[in-house]
Amino acid sequence: MSDIKEKILKIYPEATFEEGESLLVNVAEKDWLKVATALRDELGFDVLTALVGIDWKDSIGVIYYLTATSRNWEVVAFKVVAADRENPYIHSVSKIWKVADFQEREAYDMLGIKFIGHHDMRRFFLRNDWVGHPLRKDYDTNPEINPIRLNDEENEDDTCVYELDEKGEVKEVPGKVFEEDEYVVNVGPQHPSTHGVMRFRVSLDGEVIKKVDVVSGYIHRGIEKLAEGLGYPQILHFTDRMDYMSAHQNRHCLCLCIEKALGIEVPRRAVVIRTMMDELMRISSHLLAFGTTAMDLGATTAFFYGFREREQVLDIFEKTCGARMSMNYNVIGGVIADLHPDFVKDVKELIRIMPDRLKEYNTVFTGNVIAKNRLKGVGILSKEDAINYAITGPSGRGSNWACDCRKVHPYGVYDEVEFDEVLETGCDSYARFLVRMKEIEQSCRILEQLVDRIPEGDIRAQVPKIIKLPAGRWYQQVEASRGTFGVYIESVGEKTPYRVHFQSPCFNLVGVMDICSTGHMIADLITVGAALDFVIPDIDR
Amino acid sequence: MGVDSIKSMSREDFKNNDYIDKLVEELNATGANVMVGKFDDLINWGVSNSLWPLTFGTSCCAIEFMSLGAARYDMARFGFEVARNSPRQADYVMVQGTIVHRMAPVMRRLYEQLAEPKYVIACGGCAVSGGPFKNSYCVVPGVEKILPVDVYIPGCPPRPEAMFYGLMQLQRKIKVQKFFGGVNRKEKIEEFFAEHPEEKGQIG
Repeated sequence: MSDIKEKILKIYPEATFEEGESLLVNVAEKDWLKVATALRDELGFDVLTALVGIDWKDSIGVIYYLTATSRNWEVVAFKVVAADRENPYIHSVSKIWKVADFQEREAYDMLGIKFIGHHDMRRFFLRNDWVGHPLRKDYDTNPEINPIRLNDEENEDDTCVYELDEKGEVKEVPGKVFEEDEYVVNVGPQHPSTHGVMRFRVSLDGEVIKKVDVVSGYIHRGIEKLAEGLGYPQILHFTDRMDYMSAHQNRHCLCLCIEKALGIEVPRRAVVIRTMMDELMRISSHLLAFGTTAMDLGATTAFFYGFREREQVLDIFEKTCGARMSMNYNVIGGVIADLHPDFVKDVKELIRIMPDRLKEYNTVFTGNVIAKNRLKGVGILSKEDAINYAITGPSGRGSNWACDCRKVHPYGVYDEVEFDEVLETGCDSYARFLVRMKEIEQSCRILEQLVDRIPEGDIRAQVPKIIKLPAGRWYQQVEASRGTFGVYIESVGEKTPYRVHFQSPCFNLVGVMDICSTGHMIADLITVGAALDFVIPDIDR
Repeated sequence: MGVDSIKSMSREDFKNNDYIDKLVEELNATGANVMVGKFDDLINWGVSNSLWPLTFGTSCCAIEFMSLGAARYDMARFGFEVARNSPRQADYVMVQGTIVHRMAPVMRRLYEQLAEPKYVIACGGCAVSGGPFKNSYCVVPGVEKILPVDVYIPGCPPRPEAMFYGLMQLQRKIKVQKFFGGVNRKEKIEEFFAEHPEEKGQIG
């Protein structure tokens, strides 16, 4: 730890440090751009893991979680506070870490922080005509200010850039999203192949995509704001409903974060069960991804094949958790119910049939010439871009980036089981698809090692009746089905969290839609989206 | 295991339906013509057995709806299988998932684009009442605030069996409605739209 402090002091002597779960470095706003550039170039902080905007009532600012992949994935937090709370400005880092592009827009939408130098400062989740910024502590929730508007929203082509002039004053420079003579086609929000209510505005040259503008927020439910008013056990269920295909992993992450803050030791039986449930969830998610990818290309049969095995996984969930989806199984300190007596038998049966079924999928779809033509060489995302855009999960590993959170920050019993991190060098849609198919095999391998080694014992640790986290901040990551899922909790020692932020993998995935599909045909927009496999409620939260 | 909940329902309960009984009473009170009544029956029989859904889902419920279309549950048995991507070809919209402020005008437009006769099913807690997100600043607390709803299916998400039950309720409802001179239904929709106007641009 002291080693990294010295290095940071070398590039920024004014830095002050706060010890906590991870090191926090205070950086003055005026120096932030310079420091951020040095952090990436000299200290190797190449991934912006999370960007959390927070309103501390007397000030407003952003906490950046940066990861240095070359130094054993070390995570350090940086805190930047805006000078003026009412009209906050912070320098944009979207040119240093491209992933900040959408994240800064989210922070602007939720907290009204204007990022100097960001090329496109529009709202991200809420309507253009929304009044106020919801995550500010003084936000007025009166429904008369923001009623349900049934008039159509105007398409907003105007954007603005905040720049510093010679005197150091911030000025607003108007800009355009699309030029006057561009041919813009709207895709979504009601479109069968956007996997939910996602909207793209696509600028075309003939049939070739020139630019994709992502319009999100059609399922933004304000989970982070809701969580601020609820107790810790009450916010758990939101995680199941964000990325509903990673319900167990997301909830696991939030539980781990709270357990870490409280210092609860989870019984070994619960840890193993959690790990197994995570892997079952991953299998179910990848099977669905296989089915929907195939269906987006027009292969309906493959969809039925994928769903056939998925039902088998759902049966296992149903017997133990009591629900097919939104299982609500992990709780603080362990799991809510013990395993069903059939669990071991069912899992063994699943492991037994999967190799044959995978062979079948590959015969039916993967080797198919149409599938290959539609997926190969489409949606290219280089390794550098994947790191810069923080694309984790199967999509990042399809770009040959070893970013598996189960390997780099092991949790559960992942450090005790053997499995390979599947990497593909294709960097295209086909590579992402292949990674998913091979990850099913690896998940089966993990299950096989654990199924006979589930220890006896308690399923839940003793936890206090009223859960109060001590004052502080915590960040926890797990590997969800679509990438690294992160939870940030800031507490001031009360029953409710002061700020909760969910760093969802799909949020980053949708950020590369533009660079992945530019230069391809309009029809490829769908296959690029299918191979990235984002879940919209996870983006919008 | 899964179908227990439906199996444990007695046959009488399954058919017992105050709401539909009331609808029939209402229709009888206004007097149904015998000749037209027979045509009504024929047409409603056809409509209720080829209900085409609009593929519309915003979150988890949509995945369960996909399960409904897959082999195990197979909604083709009831004539629901032809999910249409264009509202102009669909008979009903099953609202699967939360409707938020940004989606509300889109949802309303989708409904207006559906061809008559058209129906709305609110599927899942979020569409019924806003569900776990009811208190949020940007969630519509129940799709009934913006659309006239015919059938409600509770659950988070509802099991496929529950969805079937809801869809069959819609079939039953259609079977007793008036098609010819069936202004009663249209009037109700118009009434609803008058109460929830678009021009005013907002619902408080």
